[in-house]
Amino acid sequence: MEKKEYNKIVDKYTPSEPKLKNAFIAFIIGGFMGVLGNFLVDIYSYYFNLSTKDASVFMIITLIFLGCFFTCLGFFDKWVNFAKCGLIIPITGFAHAMMSAALEYRKEGLVTGIGANMFKLAGSVIIFGVVSAYLFGLLRLFVMGG
Amino acid sequence: MTFKYNNVYINSASTVVGPYEAKGPFSKLYDKNYDDLYFGEKSWEQAETKAINDSVEILLKKINKKNNEIDIHIGGDLLNQLVATNYASSKIGIPLIGIYSACATSTLSLMLASNMIEANQIKNAIVTSSSHNNSAEKQFRNPVEYGGPKKGYTTFTTTGCASCYLSLEKSNIKIESATIGSVIDMGVTDVFNMGAVMAPAAAKVISDHLKDTNRTLDYYDLILTGDLGIVGKMILKEYIKKEYNINLKNYDDSACMIFDTDNQPVYMGGSGVACLPLVAYTHLLDKMKKGKLKKVLLVATGALMNTTMCNQHLSIPSIAHAISLEAIK
Repeated sequence: MEKKEYNKIVDKYTPSEPKLKNAFIAFIIGGFMGVLGNFLVDIYSYYFNLSTKDASVFMIITLIFLGCFFTCLGFFDKWVNFAKCGLIIPITGFAHAMMSAALEYRKEGLVTGIGANMFKLAGSVIIFGVVSAYLFGLLRLFVMGG
Repeated sequence: MTFKYNNVYINSASTVVGPYEAKGPFSKLYDKNYDDLYFGEKSWEQAETKAINDSVEILLKKINKKNNEIDIHIGGDLLNQLVATNYASSKIGIPLIGIYSACATSTLSLMLASNMIEANQIKNAIVTSSSHNNSAEKQFRNPVEYGGPKKGYTTFTTTGCASCYLSLEKSNIKIESATIGSVIDMGVTDVFNMGAVMAPAAAKVISDHLKDTNRTLDYYDLILTGDLGIVGKMILKEYIKKEYNINLKNYDDSACMIFDTDNQPVYMGGSGVACLPLVAYTHLLDKMKKGKLKKVLLVATGALMNTTMCNQHLSIPSIAHAISLEAIK
């Protein structure tokens, strides 16, 4: 049998992913994350008398802490599995990716384990984040006039 | 290539499983189970080693023998350099042949041991097959706690070790013949769809076995494939009909049996080296001893997946080995 023909059989029996449902859940949870972030910014700026810019930094720190903390407690992976991009795209996803890698390799030593592997998943986020920031900077400089 | 055996028997078997398997349909049949995946050890790899050690220890107790009375130990797992088997063997102390055939390791080890026993090179052997969900996830996928979203049609690696003692001494279970499979690559690149990767290898070895032995499917009371899962099972049925004109009947897949797929979070069923032997050495041997099944063909299927090759966008080859068991009086 040709590979193409076999692939047809495979496609026939492989259930398709509920993309619409996943997108909807991600939209709702991601939206809630946005609301939570904004709520934190408001709280920090109101109670601690901070500028919105400073309060945003504290909000990010809080979310990163919560992401890491829940990963360590062992249930954040189940949330991610359910909410998918709703929790992966926000800063919590980045924290979770780093913390889960750190937990996984902690038995292999500080340098050879945690140090070498912590960026296993998050490393590409940083690389491509920097590259796209650079490209956008160029675009802004040359096309949008700085 | 098919081998025939006249004097090889399965005398005893032992199984050690993790928490998910212990909640599955055959929970009462396992010899030992652990409530958490660490098995009291420090890492997943060490937990898998512990499962092998426990399983061999229980087996030696069952057959009332010491390690120096066993001629050879053949075993394998999924980890790089077979670390679980190799580290376990340093404690077990029986001369070891470590083999890798992905999830087809279980039937390959039975076959190798049978060949040596039949040739009178050895009198007895222990074979072990182990896998661990988290050590496999760590090696082949993402960090365990990352729990990255998976496709709904993926399978869930079983945790545990199944060991079995083979010898020349007569028992109710005879190893009758075995067929070596060939590596097949049908161009599947989806790492979540292991059933689709392995189904063609299973089909080929079943067809080869029937051809070599001049048998039809009616000869067997049950054909049990390794770890195709619900999706792979359906693919195999259609593919084997179209390609080899075989209408599979009396057929089941151990991946669909080892877990309660409706109520456990295991997607399309089990997978991993231990999947087939955990079902075969418990549920199946029980049924054969009670006379409910007489002739059984075990077809363990293995996806020869390697993350480096997958990242180079190559498709995943697969292999399957078949072994025929007979209940005798």
